Amino acid sequence: MPSDFALDLEAHRKYLMRVAQLQLRDRDVAEDVVQETLLAALAGQQGFTGRSSVRTWLTGILKHKIVDAIRRRQRDPLFESSLPAEIDLDDFDALFQRNGAWSTPPTTWGDPEAAFSREEFFDVMQLCLEKLPPNTARVFIMREVLELESDEICKELLITANNLWVILYRARMALRQCLEQNWFGQAAAR
Amino acid sequence: MVRISHLLGHWLACRDATRLLSQLEEREPGTIERIRLRWHLAACEACTKFREQLGCLREAVRRYGR
Repeated sequence: MPSDFALDLEAHRKYLMRVAQLQLRDRDVAEDVVQETLLAALAGQQGFTGRSSVRTWLTGILKHKIVDAIRRRQRDPLFESSLPAEIDLDDFDALFQRNGAWSTPPTTWGDPEAAFSREEFFDVMQLCLEKLPPNTARVFIMREVLELESDEICKELLITANNLWVILYRARMALRQCLEQNWFGQAAAR
Repeated sequence: MVRISHLLGHWLACRDATRLLSQLEEREPGTIERIRLRWHLAACEACTKFREQLGCLREAVRRYGR
């Protein structure tokens, strides 16, 4: 019979799978990595001090497991084939006029705390993350969810700092627009 | 009358201001960049909102992982 702690950990499996899959883009590898994360957490139960949430602690373990998986993979055909398109900013020009001014200026988002208190907000965010181009999502997840340092990401993915900035810019612009269209712009209707 | 702050705001286009604001989550600004950005934000409501939205996005992702 699993312990209470094991059940607590198990409750985060779905979240860990979502993050791992967004980053690794391979269901089998993601499942392995999540399994390793949960086993490591169970084995290292004493390492959990309760100062952070269980999810933060698990995310920290997942980070290392994902980096290990990336290193094991060595060459990554998906990353190499679709990267050039994702570091090209030409298609972003649609967001701005010829003189560099906004085509559709950002709207007021209101109270973000109200959004964060709603479970559905994070479902919308998950959908927005899944809509990102694959490498853009992977880099964004590494930087913002797994909180890896920029130079670590560049080293693991063999990209330049400039590539990283462009990809993160792309991710932020797309997520901003997606959240505005699918959540904050709908606030009046809610 | 065109205010001088308005003119200085045009020293940086919104497209470039958004790129810079995003980059500054990863690195420190240079002196000129800081000044250009400050003048631009003082004159541009849209980019000021954009900056708030970047902060909101960062916080949303942080909460998602906690």
